[in-house]
Amino acid sequence: MTDKLSGAQKDELMQQVQQQLAVANFQELVTKATHKCYKMCIAKPGSSLSTSDQNCLAMCMDRYTDTYNHVIRVYTTKLQNGLQR
Amino acid sequence: MSFDNSDTDLSAVLDSDLQDFIQVQQQKAQLQSSAHKLTDMCWDRCIGERPGARLDAKTEVCLTNCVERFLDASIFLVQRLQKNLSSHG
Repeated sequence: MTDKLSGAQKDELMQQVQQQLAVANFQELVTKATHKCYKMCIAKPGSSLSTSDQNCLAMCMDRYTDTYNHVIRVYTTKLQNGLQR
Repeated sequence: MSFDNSDTDLSAVLDSDLQDFIQVQQQKAQLQSSAHKLTDMCWDRCIGERPGARLDAKTEVCLTNCVERFLDASIFLVQRLQKNLSSHG
């Protein structure tokens, strides 16, 4: 395959790459948050998830997402400032 | 995620627009991967026993310091290694 891609094929490829990257990023976030929040909220696994377990998990997941957003913002800013020096 | 140019010549298929696009996406993927590692580490350092209703100011400062000092430490160590390498040969 040596032909160049058409404009429409290019757009589709770009969209797919971006979408796959977003999916991978989301999966990583969910996997990490699940481990952290399980450890934080489920000290002794019982026969079912209690309401307070669920509240804790929900809160924890939201804070983990906040933390990720904060970290990536600080990281990006610091990298940009570092490069300007 | 990486595109290995060794067995397929991407430039035959991808014009420079697409190559630029892929490079940007790779950088984005790398940034996100680093951010996940840092989030993991800084969460353990800065978040207490139970999650609150929001990240408070103290926690945000802790997270900011955690990320910034990690980068400082990483730059410091690379520079130190370079210095050692250049002084030893």
